Amino acid sequence: MTCDEAEVLLNALIDGELDAGHAREVEQHVAGCARCTATLAAYRQMNQAVASAGLRYSAPASLRARIEASLPKELPSNVQPMPTRRGVLRGFAMGSAVSAIAATGLFAIVLRNDDQSRIEAEIVSAHLRSLQAGHLTDVISTDQHTVKPWFAGKLDVSPPVIDLTAQGFTLIGGRLDYVDARAIGAVVYKRRAHIINLFVAQTSNMLHRTAKTETIQGYNIRSWSDRGLNYWAISDLGADELAEFSEKFEAAAANNKEG
Amino acid sequence: MPVTTSNEDPNRARRFREAALPLLDDVYTLARYLLRDASDADDAVQECYLRALKHFDSYRGPAMKPWLFAILRNVCRAEYARRASAPSTTLDDTPETAERAPMWHEDQQTPEAAVLKDRDAVTIRKLVDALAEPFKETFVLREINDLSYREIAEAVGAPVGTVMSRLARARAMLRSAWLAEQE
Repeated sequence: MTCDEAEVLLNALIDGELDAGHAREVEQHVAGCARCTATLAAYRQMNQAVASAGLRYSAPASLRARIEASLPKELPSNVQPMPTRRGVLRGFAMGSAVSAIAATGLFAIVLRNDDQSRIEAEIVSAHLRSLQAGHLTDVISTDQHTVKPWFAGKLDVSPPVIDLTAQGFTLIGGRLDYVDARAIGAVVYKRRAHIINLFVAQTSNMLHRTAKTETIQGYNIRSWSDRGLNYWAISDLGADELAEFSEKFEAAAANNKEG
Repeated sequence: MPVTTSNEDPNRARRFREAALPLLDDVYTLARYLLRDASDADDAVQECYLRALKHFDSYRGPAMKPWLFAILRNVCRAEYARRASAPSTTLDDTPETAERAPMWHEDQQTPEAAVLKDRDAVTIRKLVDALAEPFKETFVLREINDLSYREIAEAVGAPVGTVMSRLARARAMLRSAWLAEQE
């Protein structure tokens, strides 16, 4: 690795964006290079100083109040469709005719893989999509023996469909969705006015993974793995109620092996 | 499918509040660095939230922060256009020569052994604020707003490789300025 490459990759190293293999290469180069050692030390010091200097601003209370006041309880129904975000971003891209081609080729392959967070982000998107009119269910039924067969032949897995009505979570149907560029089953539940999408996808890993909750964009996502399936339950329910959902679901699934 | 679904989805405004309002300080911070003016930042942030609400149906993730930042940048562009007298603060990626210049030769005069002195917060903020665009923006998004490279790329609409070279250059410039400042 040359100093030129190393100096750029140093940045990715201290930002935690390098994959392990390249991180090692950069570290090896730095170990034998006084100039890059000094640069790395200076950058780490700058990082530290910037982080501890408290350079963030807090929005003034008056601004917060003004924005809150300007948000309607409900959007007026006559709002025009707006350009999509993609369109907006394309506008930026065209405005910035930047030539970093050499860089792009090199860096595309060295960055840490963000699969997990990307999939979770896609889960949120799929959930948001499902909440739009007419997107929630492809098959509407509170009967698990109607919903489960509906998935047959549409997916490479048979998602467990478990009626949890008695436990306070009403099965309302199923849906095919797309996450990570492939079809995925979504089983839809409801508690009070809150929709829960339970996404189910196959995994080669048969190990049981204990459920954990993350919050993304105000939604709680509880994910776990069991017997070769990955589960993501997402809802605007509170984390405690979503945890209750996953516990009830797992308990019922354990009692229902053919699930 | 950018259609309005308000009738069917009364939770929309509430979801927007829950997703966007917690990020107000982040958006405001970026606005302060981009515009260097408290009252302009106020206006830009408010406009950003109004636009974001209008666009919310077209929002498809992945993350809310870069999406809001992309809208804020758009708002700031209008503000830059208004401040036609200060072209040096535009977000345009010109001068291209700056972008093309190999950043790793930038600070060849930097003494290898030179140790950065501790600076107080006011000085550090001044040094960051003095960075040229688009390097300052990239630096602020990374170091102060804590975005990943991919999120920065999404917010600014540039490839990740561009983000990396801008960030490398931003740090090299900050280091030089830091050293110069302490002499």
